[in-house]
Amino acid sequence: MIGTIRALVARDLVLAARVGGSGALSLVFFLMIVALVPFALGPDLNLLSRIGPAILWLSAVLSTLIGLDRLFQADEEDGSLDLMTGAPVPLECVVLAKVTAHWLTTGLPLALASPLFGLLVALDGTAMAGTALTLLVGTPALTFVGAVGAALTASIRRGGLILAVLVVPLMIPTLIFGVSAAQSATAGTVPFATPLMVLAGLSLIAAVVGTAAAAAALRWSE
Amino acid sequence: MWTRLSNPGHFMRWSGALLPWLAGLSAAGLALGLYLSWFVAPPDYQQGETVRIMFIHVPAAWLGVFFYGSMALSAIGTLVWRHPLADVAQRAAAPIGAAFTLICLVTGSLWGKPMWGTYWVWDARLTSMLILFLIYCGIMALWRTMEDPNRAARAVAILTLVGAINLPIIKFSVNWWSTLHQPASILRMGGSTIDSSMLYPLLTMIAAATLTGVTLHLYTMRTEILRRRVRTLTIREAERLDAGAVAVAPARVGAVPLGQAL
Repeated sequence: MIGTIRALVARDLVLAARVGGSGALSLVFFLMIVALVPFALGPDLNLLSRIGPAILWLSAVLSTLIGLDRLFQADEEDGSLDLMTGAPVPLECVVLAKVTAHWLTTGLPLALASPLFGLLVALDGTAMAGTALTLLVGTPALTFVGAVGAALTASIRRGGLILAVLVVPLMIPTLIFGVSAAQSATAGTVPFATPLMVLAGLSLIAAVVGTAAAAAALRWSE
Repeated sequence: MWTRLSNPGHFMRWSGALLPWLAGLSAAGLALGLYLSWFVAPPDYQQGETVRIMFIHVPAAWLGVFFYGSMALSAIGTLVWRHPLADVAQRAAAPIGAAFTLICLVTGSLWGKPMWGTYWVWDARLTSMLILFLIYCGIMALWRTMEDPNRAARAVAILTLVGAINLPIIKFSVNWWSTLHQPASILRMGGSTIDSSMLYPLLTMIAAATLTGVTLHLYTMRTEILRRRVRTLTIREAERLDAGAVAVAPARVGAVPLGQAL
C-alpha cells in the first residue's frame, strides 16, 4: 500500500514537472497576485507591511484553486482513474497520494517562496518567518478541501468555475486562522501558538474529511 | 409505515391530500402572527417600530438553518439508503433554505441601517449567515451542472455533508475572527432578555413560518417528482421514436404505469 502511494506520488510529480504540467505555474500566479495588490492599493510600504500576511494568504488561496480542476479530471479523461479505482488499494489511498503530490507542487513551493515574496510587501524578518510557517501548516487544509470539490467536478466538462464556487466558502476558516496566526507573529494580543495550533488542527480535520469525501465522490460518480 | 409513506407514489397521494390543509393552516398562522407582531406587540422603548423587523428576521434565520439541517439528513438518506425521495427532498430544500437565508440577510441589513447606521457590518452572526448563503449557492450550482439526477443527488449529498461538518468550524472561526477584528461596541444585544409581550408574537411567527416552510417544501417535492416523471417519459418517447425510425416500434414501450416511471 505504501509502495502504491509512493508510486502515485512519484508519477504525479513527474507529470507536474513535464511539459503541460502546472508545477511552476501556480508559483508564478502567486507572484503575480502579490505584485498586483500594490498597484491597486498604492505603493505605501507601511500599509503594505501591515496587510502583507493577508495578501500572501489570499494569493495562496487563489493559487491553490488554479491547478485544482485538473487534479482528478486529467486522469478521468485518459482513463487512468478507472485503473486506480480498480487497483487493489482503497480509493482513499489513491486520493491521499494525488493530493499529497498536488500539495508538494503547489502548497509547499508557495510556503518556501513566501519569504522572498514577503520582501515585495515590506515584511520584516519575524513576520516573514511567521507567514511562511503558517502557510506551511495551513496550505494542506486548502488542498484537501479543494480535493473534495475537484472530485465532485471531475466529470463535469467546465468544472473550473463551479469548483471555485463550491470550495471557497469551505476555505474561509483556514484563511481566518492563517492570517490571524501570521499577524500575531509580530503584533496582537493572542500568542502565536494558539491560532497556529488551530490551523494545524484544521489541516488534520481537512485531511481526514477531505480524503474520505473525495474518495466517496469519485466512487459514486459512475 | 415509514417505508410505505416514503414510497414516491404513496407520497404523491398523501401529500396531495394533506397540502391544502397545510397551506390553509400556515396562511392562518402567518396572518395571526403578522397581526400579533404588527398591531399587538408594543414598539421597543429603544428601537421603536423597527423592532418589528425582528418578527420576520428571526424566523427566516431559523428556517435557513433548519433547511440546511434537513438537507444534511436527506443527504444521509441518499448516501446510505439511496432513497429516491431523499434526493427529491434534498433538492427541493436547497432553494427554499437559500431564500430564507436571503430574507434573513436582507431584513437584517434593513434593520441595521437605522440601528447601526450602516447596511452591513462584519459581525460574526451576519458573516456566518452570508457564508451559509454562499454554501447554498454552491449546492444549487452543482445541481444545475449535472444532467443525470441520480449522479447529481449523490454529488450534492457529499457536498452537503462536508458543508455540515464545516459549518460549526466556520461559525467558530468567524466568531474568533470577529472578536479579533472588532470591539464589541456596536452590538449590545446578548444581555437583555425578550419581554413576554414580544416573545409570544415571535414564537407564533416562528411556528407559522416553519409550517409555511414545510408546506413549500412539500409542494416543491411534488413538483420535482413530477418533473422527473416528465423527464423519464420524454426519454422513453425519444427512445420509442428512435426505435420506430429503424424498425416497426413495439407497442408496449409506453405502457409502463406512471408510478414506476420515477
